Amino acid sequence: MATPKRPDKTLGESLRAHGLSRRGFLKLCAATASMMALPASMVPRIAAALEQAKRPSVIWLSFQECTGCTESLTRSHAPTLENLILDMVSLDYHHTLQAASGDAAEAARMTAMEANAGEYLVVVDGSIPGPDANPGFSTVAGHSNYDILMETVEHAAAVIAVGTCAAFGGLPQAKPNPTGAMSVMDLVKDKPVINVSGCPPVPMVITGVLAHYLTFGALPELDGYGRPMAFFGQSIHDRCYRRPFYDKGLFAETFDDRGAQEGWCLYRLGCKGPTTYNACATMKWNSGTSWPIEAGHPCLGCSEPSFWDGGSFYEPVSVPLTANARTLLTAGAAGAVVGGTVAAVAKHRVKKADANRQPVTIEELEKKL
Amino acid sequence: MSDAMDFLLWTKGPMFNIAMAIFAIGLLARLVEILVLGRSTNYAEPRANEWMPGFRTVLTRTVADPGTFKRAPFNVVVGWVWHIGFLIALLLFIPHIELIKGVLGISWPGLANPVVDFFTAVTLLSLIATLVHRMTHPVKRRISTVEDYLVWTIVFLVVLTGYLAYHRLVNPYPLALGMHILCAEIFLIMLPFTKLTHIFTAFIARWYNGAAFGRKGVQS
Ligand code: SF4
Ligand code: SF4
Repeated sequence: MATPKRPDKTLGESLRAHGLSRRGFLKLCAATASMMALPASMVPRIAAALEQAKRPSVIWLSFQECTGCTESLTRSHAPTLENLILDMVSLDYHHTLQAASGDAAEAARMTAMEANAGEYLVVVDGSIPGPDANPGFSTVAGHSNYDILMETVEHAAAVIAVGTCAAFGGLPQAKPNPTGAMSVMDLVKDKPVINVSGCPPVPMVITGVLAHYLTFGALPELDGYGRPMAFFGQSIHDRCYRRPFYDKGLFAETFDDRGAQEGWCLYRLGCKGPTTYNACATMKWNSGTSWPIEAGHPCLGCSEPSFWDGGSFYEPVSVPLTANARTLLTAGAAGAVVGGTVAAVAKHRVKKADANRQPVTIEELEKKL
Repeated sequence: MSDAMDFLLWTKGPMFNIAMAIFAIGLLARLVEILVLGRSTNYAEPRANEWMPGFRTVLTRTVADPGTFKRAPFNVVVGWVWHIGFLIALLLFIPHIELIKGVLGISWPGLANPVVDFFTAVTLLSLIATLVHRMTHPVKRRISTVEDYLVWTIVFLVVLTGYLAYHRLVNPYPLALGMHILCAEIFLIMLPFTKLTHIFTAFIARWYNGAAFGRKGVQS
């Protein structure tokens, strides 16, 4: 088996070996810049940096996941920026994609870790049964997800948590969280963790983070949830092309009424765009073809923590999760009983006082004076 | 900030139930107590009927008479303006209508967001004016209690956080929305135990008043 040592070719050489022209390369750099919301003046710098960059070794770990994130990254139409950027890294371990299996695959991981200690990137998709959970809930090659993660990140330069499961626990962590699922950032405290959330994440965001790392040798600016600001800095609602309808108060109320046909705002159909931060509204899906709201479906809030436990996908953001008329009526009835009892006791006391009253005559009073 | 979404889901979940339960228990306890206690028996022979004068007073006391208006025009005008603005924002903003529909199953048409936004802004300004007036008016200042300021604060906070959330002036948005919902919940919890109860008792009190006038045969 070939040693998956860190390749010595620079990225420029590697891309040329893949038949990418200089012109194509600059186009790639320009796309990278605009994707990361960097000014066009940065393009030459990006080109120079990428030209010289060494392809970093990437170890991709898949835990409790559905492979949707890998699908999102690899099934985009070719030839795309995603494919080109995949050429930017040396993907040394990805047990869904790699040809090797069993011991050979595990050996590839160990070799890559040794050869590139302190420099390799770890990409994780899927959540991890935590240290207190039964380690048998999810294993790879006989090792628990937790052990593999901790062993692999120990000498990593950084960890990229791809998808909402790795970033926030996602579906496996939804109530009642039977496997004690945890996110990468719950477990990895001593390495930089970048969250690329989404179920699945927009593929260009995954590649954008890699491109940024290659260009600047550093991680991008992150938001409060550890997500790259360039992609998660604004909410879906703020960038939504249906926003003018929201502002005017024009809403679709069913999926086939006039509002739906006219493309009005989907808030009343349960759109979670107002509380969701992701790049869908600007980058769109399927190579920029469309995106869920453009297709007429409300945003589910897939890039936010607890999105499976945030109430029905079809209830508006303002509707409480569990409160209903029964809660109100039961509490009201209890209150009525309390109020009735208090009043009855008071009335009873007055009546009793009335009954026991000792009448006094004027004569008696005068005598006392 | 990293727990903004958890905070929002807490305000929309367990906290909402708690607030609603305290509100319903407290309010019903107070209303039933008031109604069961009723008024002490009046042994005097009634001069006229009670019911109609009762309702008439509910109406007449709602609209200030010219004398009151002349004496305290600020109270009347600003009082009306912010009460109406508050009710419009509460009852005619589409997300609020959805909330009521989600909990009670009843709904009605709403107003376009910019209209509600305008009334909310007016309400905020009027509320500030009422506070300034209360703190500068020599008599009002002396008769104001801690409870008065507390009630003003919670009403103001409910409207202010709603305005901030609608305009997305606080980041991240789940935090802004969570703050607004939490303020509304504190409002609900305080309602049965403070002067806020007048939302429900004002009209009952007016009716009792009018009925008493009617019984005595005086103008209601
Ligand atoms: S469709 Fe959703 S994201 Fe778009 S404006 Fe309406 S609520 Fe906001
Ligand atoms: S529109 Fe919303 S639910 Fe759909 S992919 Fe984007 S963030 Fe996720």
